Amino acid sequence: MSIQTEPHIFEASAGNSVVLEARDLRKHYAVKRGAFKPMATVKALDGVSFRLQAGKTLAVVGESGCGKSTLARSVTMIEPPSSGELLYDGREVVGRSAAEMKELRRTVQMVFQNPYGSLNPRKTVGSILTEPLVINTAMDKHERRDRAVAMMGKVGLRPDQVDRYPHMFSGGQRQRIAIARALMLNPRVVVADEPVSALDVSIQAQVLNLMMDLQEELNLAYLFISHDLSVVRHIADSLMVMYLGKPVEHGAKDVVFSRPRHPYTRILLAATPRVNPDLRMDRVVPKGELPSPLNPPPGCSFHKRCPFATERCSAEVPPLRTVDERLVACHYAEQMD
Amino acid sequence: MPLLDIKNLSVEFTTRAGTFRAVDGIDLTVDEGEVVGIVGESGSGKSVTSLAVMGLLGSNGRVVADRMMFGGRDLLTMPAAQRRKITGKDVAMVFQEPMTSLNPCFTVGFQIMETLRVHEGLSGKALRNRAIALLEQVGIPAPETRLSAFPHQLSGGMNQRVMIAIAIACNPRLLVADEPTTALDVTIQKQILDLLVQLQRERGMALILITHDMGVVAETAQRVVVMYAGQVAETRPVQSLFERPRHPYTGALLDALPERALGKRRLPTIPGMVPGIADRPAGCLFSPRCRFADARCRAERPALFDVDDGRARCFYPLPDGHPAAGEAL
Repeated sequence: MSIQTEPHIFEASAGNSVVLEARDLRKHYAVKRGAFKPMATVKALDGVSFRLQAGKTLAVVGESGCGKSTLARSVTMIEPPSSGELLYDGREVVGRSAAEMKELRRTVQMVFQNPYGSLNPRKTVGSILTEPLVINTAMDKHERRDRAVAMMGKVGLRPDQVDRYPHMFSGGQRQRIAIARALMLNPRVVVADEPVSALDVSIQAQVLNLMMDLQEELNLAYLFISHDLSVVRHIADSLMVMYLGKPVEHGAKDVVFSRPRHPYTRILLAATPRVNPDLRMDRVVPKGELPSPLNPPPGCSFHKRCPFATERCSAEVPPLRTVDERLVACHYAEQMD
Repeated sequence: MPLLDIKNLSVEFTTRAGTFRAVDGIDLTVDEGEVVGIVGESGSGKSVTSLAVMGLLGSNGRVVADRMMFGGRDLLTMPAAQRRKITGKDVAMVFQEPMTSLNPCFTVGFQIMETLRVHEGLSGKALRNRAIALLEQVGIPAPETRLSAFPHQLSGGMNQRVMIAIAIACNPRLLVADEPTTALDVTIQKQILDLLVQLQRERGMALILITHDMGVVAETAQRVVVMYAGQVAETRPVQSLFERPRHPYTGALLDALPERALGKRRLPTIPGMVPGIADRPAGCLFSPRCRFADARCRAERPALFDVDDGRARCFYPLPDGHPAAGEAL
């Protein structure tokens, strides 16, 4: 397997075809700090690599400011990465002409966090769903409408609701509309940025079920961005934990959840509130807050908050390496039991 | 005698569409030093309940109750001027979004000192020192320099700490925290919850924790009130509620948690939606979504019956705490 030759890429399992591959993706932003200060660089995404297979879900977790959303924007080609490669079905994305990009963009679609903000309130469900077809296909009006109605059925909305406006739907139904819109062009990859975090528990369960059903039916690959580890544990096949723009632990879901080897993963797991007292973990209390990405600490970017940090951690950047069936960026990953 | 004793509280809002009863006859008691969690989905009336307790509802909200006592004093008949002396002093509140509930035009120091000036009459050096001590207590590093910071210069977690500092400034006997950690990251959420529990223990303060997050309630509260459509569906001690829920709504809500579905691919869901203004059913408010509902449930409103160690609003409380296992919807 490629783990030996490309140590920064974790491959979940053989068999399924890889639909999306990111190699050492970076996105740096230049920010002004004031009239007389030099420009600073924010490394929002600093070397992320992964492979996503058809029919599988890769979950990206981390706190705000860890680069999750920048990753989504890069992968969906909303913003080009500063460096690195992005391949869809083995085809390189960066450096393509505008026409080719338009074609490639159809393979990846996005579902946003807030269904109240991501649907245009002045458009009916019908026109929201047919707009991607108007832009990207040569279908006529009737074909487009038929496709929209068929898709509504697929996501559990009634066809007679096609002329309604978003405000006439509940939050869960709106998220169904957003999912339907993302699927109109038959994408192979859906990037879902916190798709259920704005929803109530019972509605959240409905939307998660829908997403899993659609994945099975259409062999979709999901890049599922979330901060909720219990949701991730339910829906993901593999997991990438990010901290300040870098992956700190990346591996199969069961491996990472049952034996987390990065202190940050352990802290995230311990901090997730549990209903079942048996599942609560030893309280590794997180220290402090996420440092400013403008001025990340030297060495391991997590060492200031890490309860196990030593001098080595403040001097030496830990590389991502394979330990116990997963990739982890910690000098002391072997000792984390 | 409980610290807070509320009987049959209803809150009605007059809207253009008619009168809407957001809170419908709830009873709530909180003992001195007790942590009570109120859970429910959006629209269940949990926030309106807390605003009614605080006396912070707008002029279109009408509060009716048989009894509303705080520390032996009647909040219903109390003149507004006296009520204001209690609000912010003996009963304090932490709101959901720290970024929007602090005033962006004033420094955090000013906003902390304002409370102390109004309620305790402090001024000058003593006032400043108290503010610094409070910031220190809520775990803000370098508190002297933070006094002159504006909310936008602090992170969400730090702002929530400032909110907590303001709330505990006058040593309240009851702290109402309305979704105090919803806008925060999990590690920061953990820190804030730990801080609230630590303050509650140190000061023997009672705490009402309002949240939609079952995990947060399970880890923090001693007693839980589950609300549905403005009513109390079930109220029980935390451990037995989560082990053996008796109300079908509580049971279904717990089963919908991904945490409880390990191994199963599909999550059990609750069909339908919380009834709105216009479509309140005649019988039990949960009956249209309840899979155990029968003709009686659809015709008659159940009262809060005694079950085990608490109460549940159901004619047929679940015997073993689970809606018939393995049944697919």
